[in-house]
Amino acid sequence: MLIDTLTPGTAPTKTTTVIPSSEGIEIGPRRRVRSVRLDDRFDLIGAGVAGIAVGTLLFGWFTPLSGGVGWTIVSFLSFITFYAVLVGMKADRQEIKDRVVSVLLASAGVILFGALVFVVAYTLVRGQDALPHLNFFIENMELAGPLDPLSAGGILHAVLGTLIQISIALAITIPLGILTALFLNEIGGRFAKFVRTIADAMTALPSIVAGLFVYSAIIVLITHQRSGFAAAMAITVMMLPIVIRASDIVLRLVAGNLREAAYALGATRWRTVWHVVLPTARPGLATAVILGTARGIGETSPVLLTSGVTAVTNLNPFSGPMISLPLQVFDFVKSPEPNMIARGFGTAAVLILLVLALFAVARLIGGRGPGELSHGQQRRVLEASARDVRRITIAADRRQPVAAVPEPDPAPGLPSTPERPAPSKEESSS
Amino acid sequence: MTTTNPTGPLGQPATSVGWTPDFDDAPRRSLLPRPSLSDSVFKSVAVTAGATTVGIMLAVGLFLSFRASSALQVSGFSFLVEQQWSPETQVFGIASILFGTITIALIAMCVAVPLALGTALLISEIAQGQLRKTLITLVDLMAAVPSVVFGLWGVFFLQANVIPVASWISTYFGWIPFFQVTDASGQVLTEASAFTSSAFIAGIVVGLMVVPTQTSVMREAFSQAPNGEREAAFALGSTRWGMIRSVVLPFGRGGIIGGTMLGLGRALGETIAVYMIISPIFTINWQVLKTGSNSVSALIALRYGESSEFGLSALMAAGLVLFLITLMVNFTASSIVARSRSGADSEA
Repeated sequence: MLIDTLTPGTAPTKTTTVIPSSEGIEIGPRRRVRSVRLDDRFDLIGAGVAGIAVGTLLFGWFTPLSGGVGWTIVSFLSFITFYAVLVGMKADRQEIKDRVVSVLLASAGVILFGALVFVVAYTLVRGQDALPHLNFFIENMELAGPLDPLSAGGILHAVLGTLIQISIALAITIPLGILTALFLNEIGGRFAKFVRTIADAMTALPSIVAGLFVYSAIIVLITHQRSGFAAAMAITVMMLPIVIRASDIVLRLVAGNLREAAYALGATRWRTVWHVVLPTARPGLATAVILGTARGIGETSPVLLTSGVTAVTNLNPFSGPMISLPLQVFDFVKSPEPNMIARGFGTAAVLILLVLALFAVARLIGGRGPGELSHGQQRRVLEASARDVRRITIAADRRQPVAAVPEPDPAPGLPSTPERPAPSKEESSS
Repeated sequence: MTTTNPTGPLGQPATSVGWTPDFDDAPRRSLLPRPSLSDSVFKSVAVTAGATTVGIMLAVGLFLSFRASSALQVSGFSFLVEQQWSPETQVFGIASILFGTITIALIAMCVAVPLALGTALLISEIAQGQLRKTLITLVDLMAAVPSVVFGLWGVFFLQANVIPVASWISTYFGWIPFFQVTDASGQVLTEASAFTSSAFIAGIVVGLMVVPTQTSVMREAFSQAPNGEREAAFALGSTRWGMIRSVVLPFGRGGIIGGTMLGLGRALGETIAVYMIISPIFTINWQVLKTGSNSVSALIALRYGESSEFGLSALMAAGLVLFLITLMVNFTASSIVARSRSGADSEA
């Protein structure tokens, strides 16, 4: 069938491709080419058990050592030693090195990811005391003192403050950041190089210095009071270089031939940007913005300097202190009261969940490179081009009787239009 | 051929050098594109955006330098060598603070670089398929965890658990001056309270925070090592470690150095986690395991509120020095990374 459609002019009955039949041929079990030998597995397990045993012996019985961290370190070191010895019983020096390094690399990964999971899980678990109380999410700390139980007070004011501040920051960062990135990529020139250098330099700006700048430039000189808007400005200064840099990379990845195709069709620069570059880079741009948001939400020190601590809900970003989630965490845990610390962990858990949710959304949108489509998008594109083919064919059919010159149709299977060559090209590519 | 085609295929003046036109009075068609309205609007908006960005960034730098200058004029060179910080009496300097900042950052590097190097090699050389994707996602995720969460973990968990280790190190390696823990009279301290809130603990926490940055830069550099040379190493009978040492590490050297320095830049500027952990002091403390350290950003967070106009200017000067250091570190890093990277442009 395949050959038939490809060469419609030739007789379809003569040439056929014969696929050899696989019937009657036994397919054996799939052989594993990269499996671990039984010996190796025993080496690993044996060395692990021996390492733990030595660690426990040293810490439990023989010497006055104590502490979980020390036990882990001693056990790990003796595990590596035992493993090297066990491997060395059958292998040469090169192989011993290879195995030991593999184990070391794997343990670096385990330590790192273990630490990450532990930091996050520790916060979530300690936050369990505060999280089940519904009032934690719908009240503020106005009427709750440090000694009050967890059933009083909440972090609504911090949640709202974070949302307001990040919205203002995003309202500035998204247009400014993406336009700057477009400027760097689509217009270019010497000034663009300078802008890129400055934006790169700004990623080095410590967050506290950004906060100090806003504090002394806006608060001390102009407004004379702390406000959510000042905090949003500080967050903007922090987020802007991140968004510019990430969007710049994404836009650079848009294939040049797409742009050239648009220019070749006579599109202006702006139409190329709007209809080709931006739609192609959309998932990547969304990821850049969301990752920038995740960083901006977690910023503590600029907010500490510019917006200050408060216990009441303040919805006006232009006057009075407005607290945000990370700053609320910081403020809660400064208190020695266990209830306040529990609230601090609860707030941190909310913050982490927020960042995790943002990150998941970013993954969902931007897991693909520019121009790569999801299944749904691909289906829609195919449907659209099929619609175009139908539309063009119908138009051609209508025009058929009007056409004066009856040309011999070379391929009756293809709905071609003799008097309009351009659409037929388009449909053959669809 | 040229006579029948008066505008020429390219229409550039260069093509008309050896060519005499037939009809001189015909108007020359300009082949420069006339920008459409939308284009000129787009161009001016984009240039404005770029200029605004530069404006904001330059404003930060200029404002900092301008405000810092009044403090720097008073203190002069002693700003870099004075340990005390009391702008009210005109005696202030960042010697001890800068020392603390750098100690914490160096300890952070000692923790972070081996972990980042190992993880980057694990991801690029050992992990396969789905596992690799998951690990990359986890590294990215770790970079997004807010620093205050790391600070919480450092204060409430790590502090208590790392004190026995610190005390063990100071007992058995006390002959190395850094690891000694003594009081003012030189008496060796062993009680747990001497080991809390130290640069060591802050360094560990900051180290964990910068690992993801370093890992992703290094991983990217490693994954660009050419496959042909990897296979060549294997074909010559090398083990995987031999291949890594002779192919991947030399190719990724720029990435290792650049990633380390990018992480260093972040570690120097980290505020809130350090502020939560250390107890601030204003003397140079060589004993990294002992209570008390300081950092520029923690100083700013501590003193900004109580400062007078002049005190604020002094803090600005400290912030400016920190910014210049991180700027230098970052530029060095990105130039090293950029030089090591080949084929970064993906013009398809």
